[in-house]
Amino acid sequence: MNDFTTWDIVRNLLLAARWTIVLSLVSFMGGGIVAGILLFLRIGSSRAGRIFVQGYVELFQGTPLLMQLFLAFFGLGLFGVNVPAWLAAGLALILWSAAFLTEIWRGCVESIVRGQWEASSSLGMGYVQQMRHVILPQALRIAVPPTVGFSVQVVKGTALTSIIGFVELSKAGTIVTNATFQPFTVYGLVALIYFCLCWPLSKSSQILERKLNVAHRNH
Amino acid sequence: MSLIEITEVKKRFGSNEVLKGINLDVDPGEVIAIIGKSGSGKSTLLRCINGLETIDEGSISVAGAQLLPDELHLKALRLKVGMIFQQFNLFPHLTAGRNVMLSQMVVKKTPAADAEAMARKMLERVGLAQKFDAYPDQLSGGQQQRVAIARALAMQPIALLCDEITSALDPELVNEVLAVVKELASEGMTLLMVTHEMRFARDVCSRVVFMHQGRVHEIGPPEAVFSSPQTPELQQFLGVL
Amino acid sequence: MVYAFDYDWIAQYWPVLLKGTAITVELTLVGGVLGVALGVACAWARAYGPTWLQGIVAAYVELIRNTPFLIQLFFIFFGLPALGVRMGELEAANLAMVVNLGAYSCEIVRAGLQATPRGQFEAGASLGMSRLQTFWYVVLIPSLQRIWPALSSQIVIVMLGSAAVSQIAAEDLTFAANFIQSRSFRAFESYFVATLIYLLLAILLRQLLRGIGWTLFPKRAAL
Repeated sequence: MNDFTTWDIVRNLLLAARWTIVLSLVSFMGGGIVAGILLFLRIGSSRAGRIFVQGYVELFQGTPLLMQLFLAFFGLGLFGVNVPAWLAAGLALILWSAAFLTEIWRGCVESIVRGQWEASSSLGMGYVQQMRHVILPQALRIAVPPTVGFSVQVVKGTALTSIIGFVELSKAGTIVTNATFQPFTVYGLVALIYFCLCWPLSKSSQILERKLNVAHRNH
Repeated sequence: MSLIEITEVKKRFGSNEVLKGINLDVDPGEVIAIIGKSGSGKSTLLRCINGLETIDEGSISVAGAQLLPDELHLKALRLKVGMIFQQFNLFPHLTAGRNVMLSQMVVKKTPAADAEAMARKMLERVGLAQKFDAYPDQLSGGQQQRVAIARALAMQPIALLCDEITSALDPELVNEVLAVVKELASEGMTLLMVTHEMRFARDVCSRVVFMHQGRVHEIGPPEAVFSSPQTPELQQFLGVL
Repeated sequence: MVYAFDYDWIAQYWPVLLKGTAITVELTLVGGVLGVALGVACAWARAYGPTWLQGIVAAYVELIRNTPFLIQLFFIFFGLPALGVRMGELEAANLAMVVNLGAYSCEIVRAGLQATPRGQFEAGASLGMSRLQTFWYVVLIPSLQRIWPALSSQIVIVMLGSAAVSQIAAEDLTFAANFIQSRSFRAFESYFVATLIYLLLAILLRQLLRGIGWTLFPKRAAL
């Protein structure tokens, strides 16, 4: 029964952790692209666009990610014959990340003081020019720390995809546990690997935030 | 013909009427100080002339062109009239030089080399030639405000609106900014400035406008306004100071 | 072929949904109250406690905030029995939620405490209040008022995250949806209805927390 050495356990978990990383990257970047589009609708001049994005954000921030995964999995199943778990997982995580990133970035754009809009207006710039040259460059700088911070949520969010059958770190943990009957060791190690993935991101977010605050105080 | 014509301008914020019918004509080369208590509508008037606030009634025209609230007309107007703000509002992510270059390049489509030459010239004019590569947070308040003036001048406006441009400065930095403004006035720039610097208004301005409760309450050359104020409101305002 | 949606089963299974909802609400209430209490205690320990305690709390907060809730849950439910700590699935779910929210609210409350001006502490002391009294009345209450919105959204996040407890067979709303879909073979509809209930719960919870904020901190406008 206990043919597994600790090394066997670690090796299997690390192999599966690759998929956690891949899924995190895909979700984070895909979510970023979708969020960029949603952001422009949200702060744009079209009322319908603003309301749509508000509803979108409310929906994805007001329901469990696990439910979104189930709905993506079984919802896509209504169209096709067989939905691979990775597709549903990627889709749900991209849409979910997009909602949070949109809100984070909107906050950053809105934190740019009104004087910046007025000064660029008084120099004759139009909306697109103001955005492109004055507002977004500043907003992006502020957005870096919370965006890096959110990437931690994405990595942790991928754990739920194990429930719809995507084999990543958490799923591997369950499989290895069932084979070794050592839940304490296995889940402890799984937690440790997640920690090693997430902690550097959390820490760099904090450091970036502190740097930004220092830069701001110099004004 | 007047350069700036303000006729029966009214402006409301909700039920609060801030401007109750303003009439004011400004000739080319005039330097006008607008004084009055806070809430008298003086800043709002300047912001209306630059189209930062839309007016509810009346008309404003600059060099014969009517102020209309669509993007095309606004842009045309803003190319003629520059504005300097109390809080400087420099773009913090750009160097002083880039601050002066940006709008030339994106609004007027000036080539970078020409924009840079103009920026250097304007920074020199405000005495900051050596600060071309400094970021706003490396400059003092007075220096930032001078960069803001250079930035507005680089667009070659025919008039400049100054909205309490020394109010956010430490007392020892006020004079360096006022000196630049005085220089501009002597070169014939048309200036409309909301200010609390009474001595400056007396020394430099051609006319002083006293605003009270959304109206032009008294207007005249500085000697008349400061030495023999006609209305009790102006007497009280000057006495309070 | 067009898929025909079918919601007739709701009539049959609504008691299951209702029971699941009740358990989700119960988990959220217990987790919310105890989690925030744990968070306040930890924030106090990190700010004013002995050095060794500060270290332990810091490690706990970092560990929880950088690992998935699902794994925390599995560790508590499947892993801890190896140490002789056994509990039912509801107890494990409750414990995991308290531990999870405790770490997050510790950080949120701490940010609020740090924003309290030093002079407040000295003013309290100069009026003859004890350390604990000063902490409670002068530091904690205004801090909580300041960070109440952040704390509220964290509580909502924990409620939504509780969907994962179905994986250790705690019979919450997600468990109910799983159960129904396995009986009715109406997977999409089951999860869709459960999702709507979660959305409703999130909206209600946010309103409730806002109401609590108004009651606890009546002079909101002051800050």
